[in-house]
Amino acid sequence: MSMIRVENLKKSFGDLEVIKDMSTVVEEKEVICVIGPSGSGKSTFLRCLNRLEDISGGHVYIEGTDITDPKVDINKVRQDVGMVFQQFNLFPHKTVLQNVTLAPIKLKKGDQKAAEKKAYELLDKVGLREKAKAYPGELSGGQKQRVAIARALAMDPKIMLFDEPTSALDPEMVGDVLDVMKQLAREGMTMVVVTHEMGFAAEMGDRVLFIDGGYIVEENVPKELFGNPQHERTKAFLSKVL
Amino acid sequence: MQTIINAFPYLMEGLQVTLYIFSIAIVLGFLIGLVVALLRLAPFKILNWIAKIFVDAIRGTPFIVQLFFIYFGLNSLGFFSLDNTTAGIVTVAINAGAYFSEIIRAGIQSIDKGQTEAARSLGLNSTQTMRHIILPQAFRRMLPTITNQAIISLKDTSLLSVIGVADLTQEGRIQASATFDAFNVYLILGIIYFIVIYLLSMLASFVERKFVLR
Ligand SMILES: Nc1ncnc2c1ncn2[C@@H]1O[C@H](COP(=O)(O)OP(=O)(O)O)[C@@H](O)[C@H]1O
Ligand SMILES: [Mg+2]
Repeated sequence: MSMIRVENLKKSFGDLEVIKDMSTVVEEKEVICVIGPSGSGKSTFLRCLNRLEDISGGHVYIEGTDITDPKVDINKVRQDVGMVFQQFNLFPHKTVLQNVTLAPIKLKKGDQKAAEKKAYELLDKVGLREKAKAYPGELSGGQKQRVAIARALAMDPKIMLFDEPTSALDPEMVGDVLDVMKQLAREGMTMVVVTHEMGFAAEMGDRVLFIDGGYIVEENVPKELFGNPQHERTKAFLSKVL
Repeated sequence: MQTIINAFPYLMEGLQVTLYIFSIAIVLGFLIGLVVALLRLAPFKILNWIAKIFVDAIRGTPFIVQLFFIYFGLNSLGFFSLDNTTAGIVTVAINAGAYFSEIIRAGIQSIDKGQTEAARSLGLNSTQTMRHIILPQAFRRMLPTITNQAIISLKDTSLLSVIGVADLTQEGRIQASATFDAFNVYLILGIIYFIVIYLLSMLASFVERKFVLR
């Protein structure tokens, strides 16, 4: 069974048709990078995958469950789908440790000790164990984003969604965050990454999706998509960003 | 000086009544405010409307009219009989509740949408998100305005003397006429209110320093 199956996805905001018709499939352990011009609907596409946006049409299956079905327990599905945001969205009134343990303690009914042990392991993984007792306001952007990744991982998700995770960072912070993501990818996490980091897409992507005008214009392995784009719009976009 | 010494114990009794009424009314008022704020933000038009009508009715009428309506008006229907202290507590609570609800609503709406999205993306439901993520942040932000409203409500309790509640103001009125020293009695009365409100503000800024600086 595919981890994610998108069938004829449509999404409008009022009269604005942002996603006209998109279909794709993401298999287990795949890393899919999504690129495209600003405003083309990359974030909207990603946010439909965990139904942070109400879906206007079509179907999205997460591990076979159709999340467009109103009867589906979306909160349960979301526990398996971690998300990392451009603006981090850490909880400023909670310590780093509490940010990471909050969801497992509330949702997995596990005890606090076990949640904290796991949280420390994850903070180790992102290189921030010593910041466990700090508040988000005391962290740099790069540190915040790594905490946000640890927070998402604390629920043991099967899929991770990243929405331009490095776009709000100072250049010198980008590497640390990308390194964490690369490690995750190597460990076999299924990932969908909206990114402007073409280097990351080329190195880590199993496939790259180019989105424009409400459609997935082109979808291919990075080598082909970057080296031998088939569509004019892909060529035009790549000539601007490469 | 002697008049003040004689009047003082009575004023302290009145202060006790005032503080008793205030503390119950403010807690009730806060709970009313929270419920009304959540109704105003609920995804059901009818609930939004009911909450809005309530808030507009309270904001659009004088406190004293609300007090008379609840004490004389509702009692005159004969279904129940509220004593003046209870009617006073209910009026202060409802009045504060309407203003609190507006403060709480604004506080909730001031929290970045990304907070809700992060919480929901982890699998928290909307109640858990409200309780653990949105409200704690909103309250920190609202504390100064909440304190403000609490002070206004404390001052409003002095109007309960009009329906005969033996609060600080009522005791002051009695002592002013008993001692024939209205100047000094009302001066002391003012000073007592001032000190209570000052202490209330101190308490609020202490709480603020403890929780808000994040
Ligand atoms: N909540 C919303 N309400 C109305 N329009 C929106 C909303 N979110 C996004 N849009 C619009 O949808 C389009 C795609 O946005 P987005 O998915 O954020 O693009 P991208 O991530 O590719 O930059 C834009 O035109 C944007 O203005
Ligand atoms: Mg975007």
